[in-house]
Amino acid sequence: MSEKRRLLLFLVGAVGVAAVYCAGIRNMPPWGTYRGPYGDVIASLAVFQRHATDTVNAITYDYRGFDTLGEEFILFSAVTGVMLLLRPETKEKRRRATEGENPASFRDSAALSETVQVFTTGVFGFSVLFGIYIGTHGQLTPGGGFQGGVIIAAAPMLLYVAENFEAFHRILSHPLMELMEALGAAAYAVVGLIALAFGAPFLTNVLPLGKTGDVFSSGTIALISALVGVEVAAGFMLVTFEYLREILSRQKNEED
Amino acid sequence: MLVHYPYYVAAWVFLCGLYGIVRSRHLVHTVISLAVLQTSTYVLLLAIGFRKGGSAPIFADISPGVITVDPIVQALMLTDVVVEATVVALLLAMAVKAYEQGGTTRPDDLRFMRG
Repeated sequence: MSEKRRLLLFLVGAVGVAAVYCAGIRNMPPWGTYRGPYGDVIASLAVFQRHATDTVNAITYDYRGFDTLGEEFILFSAVTGVMLLLRPETKEKRRRATEGENPASFRDSAALSETVQVFTTGVFGFSVLFGIYIGTHGQLTPGGGFQGGVIIAAAPMLLYVAENFEAFHRILSHPLMELMEALGAAAYAVVGLIALAFGAPFLTNVLPLGKTGDVFSSGTIALISALVGVEVAAGFMLVTFEYLREILSRQKNEED
Repeated sequence: MLVHYPYYVAAWVFLCGLYGIVRSRHLVHTVISLAVLQTSTYVLLLAIGFRKGGSAPIFADISPGVITVDPIVQALMLTDVVVEATVVALLLAMAVKAYEQGGTTRPDDLRFMRG
């Protein structure tokens, strides 16, 4: 199909979608007049039922916990997919990749300015600490495992910016990351199974709820959030690891 | 029309992303267009749960019983963000493979792929 005909087809479709959508929207309640009831019910009950002050995370990790388990497996399979797609395929490439595993074989670009190095190294510790803080306080304030995990996973990237791939490689071990990712995902399901041992349905919040406002409160919400943080951090580090290795081995191939 | 305007913003963002995919000449551009398309769902979800004068549904510093916006759609949006990030990562890896196998980054030139 030529580009012109495709654009024409798109325009016809887009006008159709827009017409049906607008007709549907016309009778919606006006924006800003949320009528509930489910959001209001959960917002008023979550603090008393689950001792979690962040109701969004109470929903994510408890009321909708089963869905989040599925979401976590989406993340897990996507990371596995990235690793599978970016693996070295041919014998020759595998040989190069094994050479590539030896970080010294990478010729990194020239050192960056000292300002960048000092700044990123300074921010490194801060971002790890901030990631842990966000990840462990999800039940109290906005945050949680997904957000904290991504912040932690971004820290090694800073090290790559400040130093080189060798430094990145030194603090990240590929097999260890894989293990952490798998354990993080599996532990979520295991927490769900604990409830069965107590005779409650899967993923019921059976742990002691603690005092509202404490870091160690809200039972399984805080625990699952932390486990998700481990999985997300390891998963995103693996993805950045694979992409960096891909880019660097490509550069190396071009040089050879 | 004005009382519904975030819903129209969502439709606009959706169509912008779709237009990007249709007109794409580079696989990375296609993937980013898909990411733009998906952001429309954030606008739609948050607009549905919004309430004028409602606080954030975080009861760390407000007393329970205060009127808040809907926390359920916010939790759904969180799922949405995570799925988008993973889908983008996976699709970009596929783009790398497509370039490796076909030597092209134009979506139109991927016709060499047969089932």
